[in-house]
Amino acid sequence: MFGKLSLDAIPYHEPIIMVTVGLIVLGGLAVVGGLTYFRKWGYLWNEWLTTVDHKKIGVMYILVAFVMLIRGFADAIMMRTQQAIASGGAEGYLPPHHYDQIFTAHGVIMIFFMAMPFMIGLMNIVVPLQIGARDVAFPFLNSVSFWFTAMSVVLINISLAVGEFAQTGWLAYPPLSGIQYSPGVGVDYWIWALQISGIGTLLTGVNFFVTILKMRAPGMSLMKMPVFTWTALCTNVLIIASFPILTVTVALLTLDRYMGMNFFTNELGGNQMMYVNLIWAWGHPEVYILVLPAFGIFAEVTATFCKKRLFGYTSLVYATIAITVLSFIVWLHHFFTMGAGANVNAFFGIATMIIAIPTGVKIFNWLFTMYQGRIEFSVPMLWTLGFLVTFTIGGMTGVMLAIPGADYVLHNSLFLIAHFHNVIIGGVVFGYLAGFSYWFPKVFGFKLNEKLGKAAFWCWCIGFFVAFMPLYALGFMGMTRRVSTYDNPDWHIPLVIAAIGAVIILCGILCQFAQLFVSIKDRKKNLDLTGDPWGGRTLEWSISSPAPFYNFAETPVVHERDAFWDMKEKGTAYKRPAKYQPIHMPRYTGAGVIIALFSLVMGFALVWHIWWMVVVGFLGMVITFIARTFNYDIDYYVPAEEVEQTENQHFKNLEKQA
Amino acid sequence: MTRNYWQSICKVLAVCAVFLLGGCDMVLMDPKGQVGLEQRQLIITAFLLMLIVVIPVIVMTFLFAWKFRASNKQAKYSPNWSHSNKVEFVVWAVPCLIILALAVITYRSTHNLDPMKPTNPDVPPLVVEVVALDWKWLFIYPEQGIATVNQMAMPVDVPVEFRVTSGSVMNSFFIPQLGSQIYAMAGMVNRLHLEANEVGTYSGMSANYSGHGFSGMRFDALALSQQDFDGWVEQVRQSNEALDSNSYQNLAEPSERHPVEYFSMVQPDFFQGVVDRFHGRNVSMQAGAGE
Repeated sequence: MFGKLSLDAIPYHEPIIMVTVGLIVLGGLAVVGGLTYFRKWGYLWNEWLTTVDHKKIGVMYILVAFVMLIRGFADAIMMRTQQAIASGGAEGYLPPHHYDQIFTAHGVIMIFFMAMPFMIGLMNIVVPLQIGARDVAFPFLNSVSFWFTAMSVVLINISLAVGEFAQTGWLAYPPLSGIQYSPGVGVDYWIWALQISGIGTLLTGVNFFVTILKMRAPGMSLMKMPVFTWTALCTNVLIIASFPILTVTVALLTLDRYMGMNFFTNELGGNQMMYVNLIWAWGHPEVYILVLPAFGIFAEVTATFCKKRLFGYTSLVYATIAITVLSFIVWLHHFFTMGAGANVNAFFGIATMIIAIPTGVKIFNWLFTMYQGRIEFSVPMLWTLGFLVTFTIGGMTGVMLAIPGADYVLHNSLFLIAHFHNVIIGGVVFGYLAGFSYWFPKVFGFKLNEKLGKAAFWCWCIGFFVAFMPLYALGFMGMTRRVSTYDNPDWHIPLVIAAIGAVIILCGILCQFAQLFVSIKDRKKNLDLTGDPWGGRTLEWSISSPAPFYNFAETPVVHERDAFWDMKEKGTAYKRPAKYQPIHMPRYTGAGVIIALFSLVMGFALVWHIWWMVVVGFLGMVITFIARTFNYDIDYYVPAEEVEQTENQHFKNLEKQA
Repeated sequence: MTRNYWQSICKVLAVCAVFLLGGCDMVLMDPKGQVGLEQRQLIITAFLLMLIVVIPVIVMTFLFAWKFRASNKQAKYSPNWSHSNKVEFVVWAVPCLIILALAVITYRSTHNLDPMKPTNPDVPPLVVEVVALDWKWLFIYPEQGIATVNQMAMPVDVPVEFRVTSGSVMNSFFIPQLGSQIYAMAGMVNRLHLEANEVGTYSGMSANYSGHGFSGMRFDALALSQQDFDGWVEQVRQSNEALDSNSYQNLAEPSERHPVEYFSMVQPDFFQGVVDRFHGRNVSMQAGAGE
């Protein structure tokens, strides 16, 4: 009846897990109780769960990202503590069974359920506003995408309380992840969480690719698009091209595990090297999927806070395109030590280094945007400066790893760990947090507290260096990744320093949350009444903050690259249209969240081999989808009077400010 | 004033460098074999080459940020300056040149440090067959007819050819102080040529996560004088155990922090049997191949 599932699946004997689960359950009960007490269920359903508004979906993505940041960071702190105390033969407090789940979960969560939702959330909020559109091309699809991601997050968190998570490393190399060496349900949780969120991501990729290509305001040719939109376009091309590889690779592993096939097993002609190649053929583009939008954010932030036109727009765009293309021919640098011939390794090594050229050019473009500017050190600009220094160091160590001869000794060492955290924290996380404080007023209508934002930045930046510089040294000291205990006493002190660094980063995260809390409390003092709090250059700043649900009362016409800056220069900004038109908008729908809920049922049932429930989940998805296609009432018109009212309020605010 | 400032910064940096390089035991910076030596040189060369870009970038970041801060009204402000062929030329050309230099170095060093290339083609190498098991290393010396677990030995200044496979999941065979690592994969043989040039005991490990016992999957690599090596081989031969399919089956059972074991006898084609087992060719292995 319940497949492999029984009460034994709950890890009662693991106090750390049970306390965590207890806290999550208590937190969940508090939320449910609060919603009931304040009678907010209707509000939640009508305004959020069923929404197809890209801004609200973006907010929910980022909420998911922050929640998973806590989870992923808790894993990080546990690993750092374990390694700091498990010296000289001591066992530490995490047995391998638990420790191995933690480092696997840390990688999976940080990439798939922190960075990806954060990036897609920012893209959701910003891209339609930057191109002067009222929503994305397929608003319902957008809701489905988000809920798939959210439900896979639920699935991966269920693995904490019911059963176990994978103990294979975040990319689950076979044969270790095969049924012979990992007979438990951990890898199955990994498989279905990735499959559900992967499909969500792919749909997002298609959606935004079409949105950017087809829904730009009149006059906005490709070479007049804001840089963030450019990087989003390239990222979506990468998503469309690479996520199917992930889906298929994981599907083949699924066939091995569920149907006894032998794609990647040791025996019967299975080929583990094929898996490693395939997973990195997705995995390498994936890192550019994450970092390109961050580059876009830095470009927007630099131009805005230096009060200066972006230097070398054209070369920045071509550099982005070059990176997009090159990212597909470098995957082998993740396994130079697999035994390929010298020519193959040299080819992939050199191809990897070539990526350093367009990336270096980008760095110089930002530097020369600062040159002869008027730099305001607001929080987003601080993140950008921190990025320039940190990322350059990370890029350098990346090129060192790209030299096969050097990689033969640095591969899988803590040097590698330090390198990719250097580029992911210094590039991706700094970028997204810059974007978070930069666009926050546009979504919520008030600015974030500067003081706490700066404190968060300094904690993150200093914490990063304290936490990861010792890891570079440890790589040279011969320490490999993923060890839970070690005998070498020389490793102890650097690991203790690294743990201190993690605590400093923790302070950064706490400052970030404190900032959010204080800013919401003091929101009346920091209201953004103009809609243009930073002296922005792109279209999103031409409308009120928070942006009205229809975005633009009248579709803007673009003449120049920095469209809004150009309007302000020419004095055509903030012009009242002669007459407001009714606006065509998509209706909210619950179909997205219901389909995704059924996908969660199916995913959970597949993990535990509860076949009747798999059928229920699958049929539920299909039937809901078919029912949705028979719903013809999917759009409506916002009356012109309502638009006029909303816009008049904004103009009143503007006059008050002037 | 400024000079003093810089001097003190340099002093602090020098102290840090000494601490990092000398205070800790940086095995990769203190290699004991020619492969490792070349790799150290390669890492340092690449590092210095990249500093040509990295240092200016970091300096420019601080310099521009300071000079063009909003409160400094003396600094020139050109809000519409956004293109310069000269700057564009330099920012594309300099990285291109550095990468060109690195590409040449990469091509040469990749061929030179190819794990499959013998360290000294004129000297016949000592062959050591390596099997990664859950979670221990099995070493077979086909020429000497002996086998060991979690300890291997080699004479100094003699090229060693490791033939690496796995009896289980993927691992990576790595002795950091001697140089390159290589993956150990079931049903496949990877070749790795190393050479120890100094007597000593070097720590070896798996560098690719392979399951719960991974952290303890360590071994000692003894680099001995030829005389001591012969003595070590003799010592192994004193063992009462022989490596055959039965003892291999026992050994292949998962175990953590496995003690050092010696086997005084092993058939010359035993390693091939371990590899072939995964191809279904040598099914007799289970019944006791090579006996």
